[in-house]
Formats: sequence, structure tokens, C-alpha cells
Amino acid sequence: MTPDTAGDWQPVATLDVLRLRARILERLRAFFSERAVLEVETPVFSSAAATDPALSSFTTHYTGPLFPRGHDFYCHTSPEFPMKRLLAAGSGSIYQVCKVFRNGESGRIHNPEFTLLEWYRVGFDHRQLMDETAVLVTAVLAGHRSLATPEKLTYREAFERHCGIDPHTADHRALAGAITRHGIQTDLEFGHEDPDVLRDLLLTHVIEPNLGRGRITLLYDYPVSQAALARVRPDNPPVAERFELYLDGIELANGFHELADAGEQQRRFEHDLQRRAASGLPAVPLDARLLSALRAGLPECAGVALGIDRLVMLAAGAKNLREVIAFPTDCA
Amino acid sequence: MATYSTNDFKAGLKVMIDGSPGAVVENEFVKPGKGQAFNRVKIRNLKTGRIIERTFKSGDTLEAADVVDVEMQFLYNDGEFFHFMNPGTYEQFGADKTAVGDTAKWLKEQDLCTITLWNGVPLSVEPPHTVTLKIVETDPGVRGDTSGGGGKPATLETGAVVRVPLFIQNGELIKCNTRTGEYISRA
Repeated sequence: MTPDTAGDWQPVATLDVLRLRARILERLRAFFSERAVLEVETPVFSSAAATDPALSSFTTHYTGPLFPRGHDFYCHTSPEFPMKRLLAAGSGSIYQVCKVFRNGESGRIHNPEFTLLEWYRVGFDHRQLMDETAVLVTAVLAGHRSLATPEKLTYREAFERHCGIDPHTADHRALAGAITRHGIQTDLEFGHEDPDVLRDLLLTHVIEPNLGRGRITLLYDYPVSQAALARVRPDNPPVAERFELYLDGIELANGFHELADAGEQQRRFEHDLQRRAASGLPAVPLDARLLSALRAGLPECAGVALGIDRLVMLAAGAKNLREVIAFPTDCA
Repeated sequence: MATYSTNDFKAGLKVMIDGSPGAVVENEFVKPGKGQAFNRVKIRNLKTGRIIERTFKSGDTLEAADVVDVEMQFLYNDGEFFHFMNPGTYEQFGADKTAVGDTAKWLKEQDLCTITLWNGVPLSVEPPHTVTLKIVETDPGVRGDTSGGGGKPATLETGAVVRVPLFIQNGELIKCNTRTGEYISRA
């Protein structure tokens, strides 16, 4: 203990908010218990890491029995891969509440470690899971917030409505034009950026503030380039069967109609690793056990991850994640 | 010159923006769950006082601005420059009218001011929070009125005009708040 932090022992969140947090976790567990979804636990430490270039994993080192000469582990950024291994092993629908860790993320609605609720529904597609996610959020917020019927908006509709462009066909010039029209001042050199960076700029600066106003907004059917772990539907243009849930302009959940094709998953991992290399990001070991599980057969399913701290924040009427976390990272 | 990344940005940090020195006012981390992280930053241009809003990709950098605040004594105004002295080093600096701006009307010889230097040149001048100045012109007060209600304008030796209670007379010394431009009390 250093002298300048010695007096800094009190929790940041009030005890009332911590009680609310506990009640919300009880409600969540009751929600899944009623639906016969099994609670599971998977490891925080893994020999493999998330390959997504937008995610940076914490690493740690173990030395002892099993690895007498030491071994590097990655702290999970989400429990997705081992949960899919359980699904492939025949677990049926499952959920987990756990701490996850993302390096480099801190701000008003980010803390480097946070609590995630992740669940998988066997036999669901992303549309069915979107509905269930909205039901869950509405149930948890009942008594705290009165919400109108949820709104569903495709990624394309959101861009057409708020930016006046079709995100699937817009080129650099059209995306840059929309960014300029909306008065976003930035040093980005549009011509050198990945179009997804420009889409993310419009999404975060122009569209998100309009989402989840007085009701839940479900944004779905993303560009294929943002599929992550979602399956792609061969429409014209093809779209990724992915969704996000917004309330008060804040992204609460991200879900997929899960990709089950091991070959396609391997290609996406390798594509991620190429993008990491191109951006000068460290290479990470990809999860070969997930690929084996997919080869053995992942049941048709949809999965979603929901940020519990953000959900508690909205239930409490708080404006900053710090208000709902007992000890945010700078006080940990 | 050193550079700062978006991770360093916090209120008060001095950076170069569009060729001018600026001070970070606010830095918001924005990141979609699966996608590019940005920092939405508000920076005050220290030359114009205007707030600039700018979005950076997280990890981008800005050059540091060589901006320091130094307490200095006001010496005199030669009509073109306001001259200040660092009482620690006896080093003298001339600030032009743009740098002094509206502060000029509070500047009295010997008073300690905060001078913001950019690359060693005065960029702006902050007067002391309270100053004691002599009234050079005000209407005669109403006899017997000591309530202080109502008030009247009074011109001070440095040129500032403040509202003072009716009982305050020409030639008196008064204390003023330079931030609000208000009379505080007799000195």
C-alpha cells in the first residue's frame, strides 16, 4: 500500500446501487431458470486469444505443476469459445455471468474488466434471440424504466434514416461526404481508412445517439465485413446475421446467429491475424479447440453477450459506469 | 517536441492543434463493441479561446505545446506592449494587446498576474482574482445612504468601470473581483 492511495478505500458505487446490482443478477438467474437454460462456468485463462483486431487481451503467466517452465495465458475477452465447446458437446441452451477483460478500454461506459452475461439458445436464429434479449432487458428494467415496444432497425435502415446513405454500397467518397455533412471534425484521412472505420465513425457519432430513445432499439443485419462470429445470409447484398441492442444511445448487447462452419471460422481467424499484422498488432494463438468443436458439430444456435454494468447503470439512472462498480480499475 | 497519445489526453494537457496551442478540455472514449475505438476530444484554442471538437482514432498522437503558466509582476504599459517581470528570475516579457485583451482594464503596476507563455512568448494574461484600485470618477453619493442598495457606476484608475454603492466617493480605494467585474468592499 502506498501512502497516496491508503485513504482511498471506500467503494465508488453506493451500497444502494450494489443492492440493486444484486437484485438484477437474481432476476437474470430467475429468467434463465424459468426457461431451463443451464448456468455454466468456463475458464478466465486460455492458451488461445480472441483474434479480433479491435480487442486487446490481458495476458498472464503461470509457472508450476502442468507447466514447470511456465506458460502464457490470455484472459478471456468473452467466454464465447469455451461456451461453444459446451454446446458442441450437447449441453443444450446455456448461460454464464462472468468477468471479462479488455485491455485499453476505459471511459464513461468502459472499464477494463466488466461483467458480461452471455447466453446461447439452441434452435434459435438471431431474430428469435433479438426478441428474447428485448424481453429480458424489459423484465430487468421493469419498475425502473417504462419502455415503449422495441424498435427493430436494420443496419441499412439506420444509416439511410440518420446519415442518408446505404452503408452496403457507399464507397469512401460517399462515407466521407456523410461524415462531413454531419459536422464531424476529425484528423482521419478518409482515403486511407478501412470503410468499416468510417462506418463506425458514423455509427458512434451520428446514429447511436438516436437509438434506444424511450424504447429498446435492435439494430440487425450487419455488413459482411463486420460479421465477427455471425453467419452470413446470402441476400443481395449478403448480410451478417448479427444484432446489437441499444437503450439511451448505449450499446447493451451484441448477438449472432452463430457461425457453425469450421472452415469459414478458420478463414475468419486467419483474416483477423492478417489484419492484426497489417496494423502492427501482436499475433495471438488462435483457438484450435474451438475449430475442433465446430468440426464435431455446433448445433444450430444463436448467442448474445450483454454488459451487466451498463444494464445496472441504466436501471439506476446513472450516467457513468463508475457509479455502479464498487471498485473501478483505478481504485482496485 | 514530445507527443501525446489519446491515452494521455486529460483536462489541462497542452497540445498543438491546427498550428495553434490548445488545452484539452474533455476526452471521451467511444468504442463500438466490435470495431474501431475513437476519442472525442474538446480542445480550447489558447489563442482564440474557442473550443474545437475533434475525433481521433484511439492511439493517435498530437504534438505537445510548450505552454507554461508563470506568475509575473506587471511593470508598465508603453502604449504598444504591456511589460511583465518574473520576480524569481527578473526576466522581462512584453505582451501585446492581443495577448492582454480585456485584462488590460484591471492591470495595475506591481500586481501579480498569471502569464501564459507559448514558446516563451506571452499568449494570454490573467489578472489577480481580486484587485485594489482607486476610483477616479463617480457621481457624488447621496448623503446618509450607507445601504449599498442601487449603486452607481465608478471608473477606476486602470479604466475598468464597476457598479459601486452610493456612499463610495471619488478617490477611494476599493476591492473588485476581476472574474465577475464586481465591487467587493472598501479596501
